[in-house]
Amino acid sequence: MQKESLVRHRILPVMAIVLIIVLAWYAGAYFMNAPFQRDLDRRANVTSTPVEFLQKTMAQPKPVVPAPHQVMQNLFENTVMRSLTSNRSLVYHGWVTLSSTMVGFAAGTLLGMLIAIGIVHVKTLDRSLMPWIIASQMVPILAVAPMVIVVLGAINITGLIPKAFISTYLSFFPVAVGMVKGLRSPELIQLDLMRTYNATAAQTFWKLRLPASIPYLFTSMKVAIAASLVGAIVGELPTGAVAGLGSKLLAGSYYSQTIDMWAALIAGSILAALLVALVGIIERIVEKSRGGRPA
Amino acid sequence: MNESSFSVVSAKKLGLTFQTSDGPVHALSNVDLDVKRGDFVSFIGPSGCGKTTFLRVIADLEKATAGEITVNGMTPEEARKSRSYGYVFQAPALYPWRTIEKNIALPLEIMGHSKMERASRVARTLDLVNLTGFSKKYPWQLSGGMQQRASIARALAFDADLLLMDEPFGALDEIVRDHLNEQLLKLWARTRKTICFVTHSIPEAVYLSTKIVVMSPRPGRVTDIIDSTLPKERPLEIRETPEFLAIAHRVREGLRAGHSYEE
Repeated sequence: MQKESLVRHRILPVMAIVLIIVLAWYAGAYFMNAPFQRDLDRRANVTSTPVEFLQKTMAQPKPVVPAPHQVMQNLFENTVMRSLTSNRSLVYHGWVTLSSTMVGFAAGTLLGMLIAIGIVHVKTLDRSLMPWIIASQMVPILAVAPMVIVVLGAINITGLIPKAFISTYLSFFPVAVGMVKGLRSPELIQLDLMRTYNATAAQTFWKLRLPASIPYLFTSMKVAIAASLVGAIVGELPTGAVAGLGSKLLAGSYYSQTIDMWAALIAGSILAALLVALVGIIERIVEKSRGGRPA
Repeated sequence: MNESSFSVVSAKKLGLTFQTSDGPVHALSNVDLDVKRGDFVSFIGPSGCGKTTFLRVIADLEKATAGEITVNGMTPEEARKSRSYGYVFQAPALYPWRTIEKNIALPLEIMGHSKMERASRVARTLDLVNLTGFSKKYPWQLSGGMQQRASIARALAFDADLLLMDEPFGALDEIVRDHLNEQLLKLWARTRKTICFVTHSIPEAVYLSTKIVVMSPRPGRVTDIIDSTLPKERPLEIRETPEFLAIAHRVREGLRAGHSYEE
């Protein structure tokens, strides 16, 4: 019964959407690659049946839009078929990106929490800090990232740290905003209650505000971890980094290896989905230990 | 000074004016009241009469702007800082991430009781409100009435002599409410605490109290103070007796006198 409803309510809808996307993707691949294929055929004086033509648009080495099966094949070859240390392995590049994502995410979460605690407890910070935090996210990260890399590079900080710095820059924001909301989420009577006990600000924080903010923290961490991954990839783009999903994207665009690019892109999305799911799993475990009401 | 004449709460010409953007609001004006040790005092009146505000002044959650008030012979602030009262709010305000026993232990943790002391006090107060066996449950697993009993247990856990209750059963249905009123009287008899109880239900006020304070709004003031003639032992059926109905009638008259419906 339960298994059946899982199939019907979770898997079927997802599969339906996937099917629609794949079909649209194939159609897109055909229409985007057809003009070039027609050009090729004309120059080589080949006439092909519609089916042959369709197959050819799906088998170009450097297509405008690679077909899903080309991307999947590339993805498969560059993950499962390669040794993990190979420069062509997407697992290797994914790991490089992942490691700076995680460092940046951890630092961003910590920074976001500290900022939120400051904003909630210090009135001056509440008024002065928030506009700057919001302004910080208005700056296009694509413009900031190269400057960060160059400036840090000038003082001999290269590799993981500059990329993690960009991840931190992107991920502290959702955590700070979410935590401010979470730390302020206790109702007035819950705060009054603490006052009747003559509780100190520290006791109110540890026993009321912080536990009340946990659901908000997890929601914002899901956004933050995806933003961290974007930050790490963006950090790899402008530097001519030799490793990481970002460098694969960049190399792909240099050499018009569109299939490589798409594969790296898909690898990045899979990584993001896994990271968000991981935060979700931790959230469920934590909520359960806090007596969370089963949904 | 003998035991029963000691004033737990004593207010003289107490006033409280809120400054709002629409001008001053006189939440309380000229309130004179003495609550003796062991009293069960109900505050009754329409909304806006200042009954909750008065309770909050006792608890030092609001500051009076005129007159004087002492709680256990101290200022409300000193009384709060020496944890002289337990406060029960309109809603249970239990922390959803804590089990019932952890919720009751919350004030004990804050006040620095040892782990063993906490456990024994939690067990004792759970027994007082008949919730033994629910200690490991989370609030959402309990009914509204049980949650409110748990919040009463939490207010009792640190042995303050004064219990301030702000419409604690206001959100519950009548059957549960009757039951909890009965239990509350038993608890009061067992613990011999002084209770200040805000309500807008006439039967509840008459059934529970040794003293009923009738209040009226604009400005919030006391219009009548009725000393109950009912015996200490009160089965629920007492509400059908002429004596009970006479007191209820006087409360109703007091409410009517203080309240002009034309406003």
